[in-house]
Amino acid sequence: MEREKLIKRILTVTAISAAAGLLVLFNFIFDSYMLRIVNLAGIYITLALSLNLIYGFTGLFSLGHAGFMAIGAYTTALLTMSPAQKQMNFFLEPLVPWLANVEWSFFPALMVGGLLAAVTGFLIGAPALKLRDDYLAIATLGFAEIIRIVFTNMQSVTNGPLGLKGLPPYTNIWWTWGIAFVSILFMVYLFQGSYGRAFKAIREDEVAAEAMGINLFRHKMLSFTIGSFMAGVGGGLLGNLMGTIDPLMFRFLLAFNILLIVVLGGMGSITGTVISGIVITVLMEYLRFLDGPMDLLFFKTDGIPGLRMVIFSIMLMVVILFFQRGIMGNREFTWDFLFKPDRLKKNNVEGE
Amino acid sequence: MTFEMFLQHLSNAVSLGSLYALIAIGYTMVYGILRLINFAHGDIFMLGGYFAFYALTTFLMPWWVGFIVAIGLTAMFGMAIEKVAYRPLRDSPKVSVLISAIGVSFLIESLGVVIFGGIQKAFPIPELFGQVMKIGNIYIVSVNFFIPVIAMVFLIGLMYLINKTKTGMAMRALSRDHETARLMAIDVDKVISYTFGLGSLLAAVGGIMWGMKYPQLYPLMGVMPGLKCFIAAVVGGIGNITGAVLGGLLIGILEIMTVAFLPDLTGYRDAFAFILLIIILLVKPTGIMGENLAEKV
Repeated sequence: MEREKLIKRILTVTAISAAAGLLVLFNFIFDSYMLRIVNLAGIYITLALSLNLIYGFTGLFSLGHAGFMAIGAYTTALLTMSPAQKQMNFFLEPLVPWLANVEWSFFPALMVGGLLAAVTGFLIGAPALKLRDDYLAIATLGFAEIIRIVFTNMQSVTNGPLGLKGLPPYTNIWWTWGIAFVSILFMVYLFQGSYGRAFKAIREDEVAAEAMGINLFRHKMLSFTIGSFMAGVGGGLLGNLMGTIDPLMFRFLLAFNILLIVVLGGMGSITGTVISGIVITVLMEYLRFLDGPMDLLFFKTDGIPGLRMVIFSIMLMVVILFFQRGIMGNREFTWDFLFKPDRLKKNNVEGE
Repeated sequence: MTFEMFLQHLSNAVSLGSLYALIAIGYTMVYGILRLINFAHGDIFMLGGYFAFYALTTFLMPWWVGFIVAIGLTAMFGMAIEKVAYRPLRDSPKVSVLISAIGVSFLIESLGVVIFGGIQKAFPIPELFGQVMKIGNIYIVSVNFFIPVIAMVFLIGLMYLINKTKTGMAMRALSRDHETARLMAIDVDKVISYTFGLGSLLAAVGGIMWGMKYPQLYPLMGVMPGLKCFIAAVVGGIGNITGAVLGGLLIGILEIMTVAFLPDLTGYRDAFAFILLIIILLVKPTGIMGENLAEKV
């Protein structure tokens, strides 16, 4: 047994170093476009993990992710932009004085963005988490829309519909994947402890969980708040990567991509989320040719904008109609298959 | 604000509210029977408008033929959606069906962008609906007069259907208990299909009249009205048709009147409905006319 544990640990360390090495390699050989995709994959993993925590693991179907991301993105942007850049942006109405002259470095700004999103999540969760299933979905969607509408109208803080341009480009592979890695690690540890188990119990059966002495409301709030924090941080990264943000970016459509990643990966699987996060991000870029004019030497089309989204919506429906368990179901990747090929099968049957 | 101005706004508010009511009925009927938020309902509403547009412009039908064709097509489309996207998931967790509905909604929207094009299209308004009428001292476009009237006609028809016919009785039975309804020899699948058809029919009527009131169509036009009308259904008490009508009128009037009396809040126009939703969910989750449903374990 001890030997097995040691081998597993070595394997894990090797795999992580291999992943890090691969990222270093990417950083050297890829051009900026490819690097952008790699970055995007890291950000989407963080975002999808946060939704998976709320929905896949705790069973709270929330559609309000875009709102938390907006809060993170705007906070990070406003805290990191230089005063001169801000002045250029806010030509309709000056920025409120207490924000006009701040210029923080990236990390604290990201954290404050995450914290603000978490506080909002806490405030929204308090009333919303009393609801269940579809009512919760529509209430969180409503809150996200309210956040977006407020952002559209707060001209002197968010620059309204004009949005913010010229965000200082801090995002690189270390930030995006570093944070993705920390999120993965956090999730893994969370679900080894009692809180994670309590979350899963709530997902499986609220009444039974409550009977086992789990404080439903407290745990739901905890899961929702942590998820909002991660969504805020992810939103901050995404905004920074884009370089330009405006309220229209944070429509429900953004939450759709993340939902697709979670559903495809398997609700309640960290591994699945990571895999499908990468797959979907790459597909999203790869299929971009469908939208633009196609000129493949032999045939030309004028491009059909929107075709990419058609494919993604069909994908979501196919997964939900025919492969409800997604790539991984709620299983996780372990090294066990190297040692006990039978155990994997048994896990399959039990589902957990 | 003069009294005439008030009446002017009121006519606008009532016609918008009637449109909301028509769409909200579709939500409430489907929710009453399947406990499903039909996310695609707003997009069916959009399709109704587009079908009428093509019937009138490409196929050059007389307007009333075009409208009937569009309404029929939309109703069939709604039934097809149910068959493809919701029926296979009838025994799945609630949220899976909801995700499927979200998928359908995005599929219709993006197909709309691909097929109809993302650019707004001007709706060809038949002469009858485009005139300006003068009643007393107020001027209203005739469509604003016809919308509540037509909505009322359809409502009376619907009420008759629900309360007096066998199909309506079957629908009411299904909203209580699927199993028992099946034991009473009700063809559950067929009745659910009818429900979707009926809801989509009303949404198409709403979409066409929306196209005449705000004479332009675009593929995402169903998103906001769709959400608001779901909220209207919740506010009125989900599953209750009278409630949905009340909720729709309430949201339409609230929206127009707040903007009319407090122009500073114009930018927040779309937020009113959501704020109302959250208040209702917190204070009286069953809505104005809703019944208390005990949570089953």
